[in-house]
Amino acid sequence: MKEFLFSKSHEWAQFSNATTAKVGISDYAQKQLGDLVFVNLPEVGDEVVAGEEFGDVESVKAVSSVYSPVTGTVKAINEELLDHPELINSDAYEAWFIEVEEITDQSDLLSEKEYNELNA
Amino acid sequence: MERKTHLYDCHVKAAGKIVPFAGYLLPVQYETGVITEHMAVRGSAGLFDVSHMGEVLLKGKDALKNVQLLVTNDCGQMYDGQVKYSPMCNENGGVVDDLLVYQKSPEEFLIVINAANRFKDVEWMEAHLVGEVEFTDISDDISQLALQGPRSKEILCKLTQEDKLPVKYYSFREDVDVAGIRCLVSKTGYTGEDGYELYCKNDDAVKLWQVLLDAGNYDIENNNKKPDVKEDYVLIPCGLGARDTLRLEAAMPLYGHEMNDDISPLETGLGFAVKLTKENFIGKAGIVSRGEPKIARVGLNITGRGIAREACPVYVDNKQIGTTTSGTHCPYLGRPIAMALVDKEHSALGTLVEVDVRGRRIAAEVVTLPFYKREK
Repeated sequence: MKEFLFSKSHEWAQFSNATTAKVGISDYAQKQLGDLVFVNLPEVGDEVVAGEEFGDVESVKAVSSVYSPVTGTVKAINEELLDHPELINSDAYEAWFIEVEEITDQSDLLSEKEYNELNA
Repeated sequence: MERKTHLYDCHVKAAGKIVPFAGYLLPVQYETGVITEHMAVRGSAGLFDVSHMGEVLLKGKDALKNVQLLVTNDCGQMYDGQVKYSPMCNENGGVVDDLLVYQKSPEEFLIVINAANRFKDVEWMEAHLVGEVEFTDISDDISQLALQGPRSKEILCKLTQEDKLPVKYYSFREDVDVAGIRCLVSKTGYTGEDGYELYCKNDDAVKLWQVLLDAGNYDIENNNKKPDVKEDYVLIPCGLGARDTLRLEAAMPLYGHEMNDDISPLETGLGFAVKLTKENFIGKAGIVSRGEPKIARVGLNITGRGIAREACPVYVDNKQIGTTTSGTHCPYLGRPIAMALVDKEHSALGTLVEVDVRGRRIAAEVVTLPFYKREK
């Protein structure tokens, strides 16, 4: 399995090759957010920029922005999440938000170990 | 610096996610999460620490006279042991707070007020006292637990004699012995379900919390239902998050959202608790001089994709007609809803509106309140 890399703002990126990656939020993030009931995603073809907001997730209590760990073009979105945002709570690492291709840049990403230490 | 209720350690032990609220550190949810807690109250029972609520006593020959002056509802014909909901207004007819009046006797009333308004209310009431009355803020001496949900009675009856409990909605009994703890028990709540609110001395709060959860088959040591219980849950601790979604589904207004110092009770749909036939009360002239309300509180069914929270502008044909006052995704209904204050002319049921959610317009429709009503 390809490794997960993490941003300090609690998103993960999983590269399938040098310029393509899936993006989601960490298990720590979903736990902090609580029961998720709504997800707002960009559209295929949209540009996302490392460190900038590309969508949001809403729990019963509040809305939170989701930031892209990479710069590139949205190749696919996980439409299943639109109807079933609770999948993020049940498995944050299966529940990818978007797949980004033509990646030209990325945030400073942490390894899983570094990320876990940060939140310990 | 936030204060802790006497149950703070119980919340931490139950893995509550603690947040500051109205000057207190309280759990917004436990490990179970808002949705499970919400559904527990609709389907079984939930236990809330609402010790942050304020309580004041009005005692003396002129107690009733003072209550009648302070609140907009008519408390003149109450029986001992009755509870009444009422707004309390300022001179302009804006709402200082909304509260519950408990009549112990015509010469003694307990008034339960919002935590966030406690000091404002106390100052307001003390400044407007007339005649022979003794006013005491007893908030710091009292803890309050809300046991809510269809199985509340069954749970409470394990700890007390059924015939000691209040029967009618909005009534109360004093000196009820709940597992040896002396409580005032009222059949009231803020969830739209049957249930009770129990007031006790601070020193008894932890024990009351524990015996109630235990009677509801909740295992305090392991934060789970007891192993021999077949059902998913009987009673679980619930946080402020579920309290808010439950009251919103039931369309119960929340001070600071559906009302404030500038909004009159009539403008926010609380006309049932304003008795203009009453001889006099503070704010009567202000309410009357406003005339027919020009705005109304409505329910919105969000039909577009998104969740409207509070303070979202509401539009009809690009003209802003109001603002949402509360909104969330409601667990029982499984969809987003909101309440809004809008121009009266656009308040009819079925009116199609748009709500601006962080720059995005989403469709919504004016629907009947409450969103949820329990089956009787």
